[in-house]
Amino acid sequence: MATRGFLGRRNSDDTTKDRLPPGQFLEQGFPVLSAGPTPRVKTEEWSFKLKAGPRLLMQWNWAEFNALPQTRMTRDIHCVTTWSKFDTAWEGVLIDDVLAEAGIEAPTGFTLAHSADGYTTNVPTVDLVGGRAMVALRYEGKAIPPDHGGPARLLVPHLYFWKSAKWITGLQFTEKDELGFWELRGYHRCGDPWREQRYTDD
Amino acid sequence: MRWQQARIAGIVPRSKTVSSFFFDLPEPFDFLAGQHVVVRLTAPDGYRAQRSYSIASAPGARSRIELAIERLDDGEVSPFFHDVAEVGDEIEIGGPIGGHFVWTVADGGPVLLIAGGAGVVPLLSMLRHRAGEGATTPMALLFSARTKADVLFREELSGLAARDDGFELQLTLTREASPPPGAFSRRIDPDMILEVTRRLPGPPRRAYICGSNAFCERAADGALAAGIDAGDIRTERYGA
Repeated sequence: MATRGFLGRRNSDDTTKDRLPPGQFLEQGFPVLSAGPTPRVKTEEWSFKLKAGPRLLMQWNWAEFNALPQTRMTRDIHCVTTWSKFDTAWEGVLIDDVLAEAGIEAPTGFTLAHSADGYTTNVPTVDLVGGRAMVALRYEGKAIPPDHGGPARLLVPHLYFWKSAKWITGLQFTEKDELGFWELRGYHRCGDPWREQRYTDD
Repeated sequence: MRWQQARIAGIVPRSKTVSSFFFDLPEPFDFLAGQHVVVRLTAPDGYRAQRSYSIASAPGARSRIELAIERLDDGEVSPFFHDVAEVGDEIEIGGPIGGHFVWTVADGGPVLLIAGGAGVVPLLSMLRHRAGEGATTPMALLFSARTKADVLFREELSGLAARDDGFELQLTLTREASPPPGAFSRRIDPDMILEVTRRLPGPPRRAYICGSNAFCERAADGALAAGIDAGDIRTERYGA
């Protein structure tokens, strides 16, 4: 049912039509959303852990991780709070390359991303591989600012952005789909913007 | 998420840019202080826009909730509310949602609240909840606004502080020529946060910070400097 007197003035531009998922508007800035203080993660103390359940498969320090193959990825991103931002340019290590370096294929269909501040988010493993996701180390050619998740954040651009965990410290393959921080608090377990999977039952 | 057609039951201006909108809910729901709802508007051509707004009411309101909506000039949803919406209009509301930036009496205290501008709304819900339950949980609110006229719910907050039951109110006004006695007149900083924190009878068990992102960054860093653990600091960042 239409809302009396609401016409809607955004997104009338044809150039944005095919790129904006339903319910999103185009944002020129880069809003920050996080549940607590911004952690200041020092690269000399940073490490990235790849785990299967409780078992550590491999671990990299900052220098080792930066020595992995680097890939550029320019993508549109979509926040569940309804803003989208076009053509964001990232550089980092594809999850495919992380797995290749560890000499494995993804052992389970479920993955939990872990962050330095205790944040977690679950991402279907299929959404992380096949060139679709990376651990981003640079944004627009520079180190990622702390409030945007630097020094390293997960980037899964085709899912709502809360899946792109800031201050990432590791990926853990899990036997079952274990819900993460926001997923436990009412947000969708997958989060596909094109299907408007915002909240648990969407 | 459950959606319903809520009816605007009243509109009350709170400042030049903020008005409270009271919504009657045909399907009343329980919520926690600090939670928000999603408001969804639909144009005749089917185009939809939705935004999240914190609930100002105390839990227990159930069938009528208050949202305090700030008019953002470059916005799409908030100008509709300020310029077009009238009492009697039906508006689609979903929720409640959010389970992190919440406080219940059972969570206890002491609690440090830090608000910038319209960021006071979810904190007001917590204070209304505390008062409504007759709790004496120690709480302190540090509230930053531009001028005295921008201090949302000033009379209500002063009234709560005057009850002398463990709630302390501290204002800071960043653009007021003659701030009222006792108010700070500068942007929020670590010294200010430390001073307000010390008025609590013990270290805060939790800090809740709500405002613009830049405000939240300053306040959260200040709370860390005041010795509050990062894990005990919760932020709700409004806007860009």
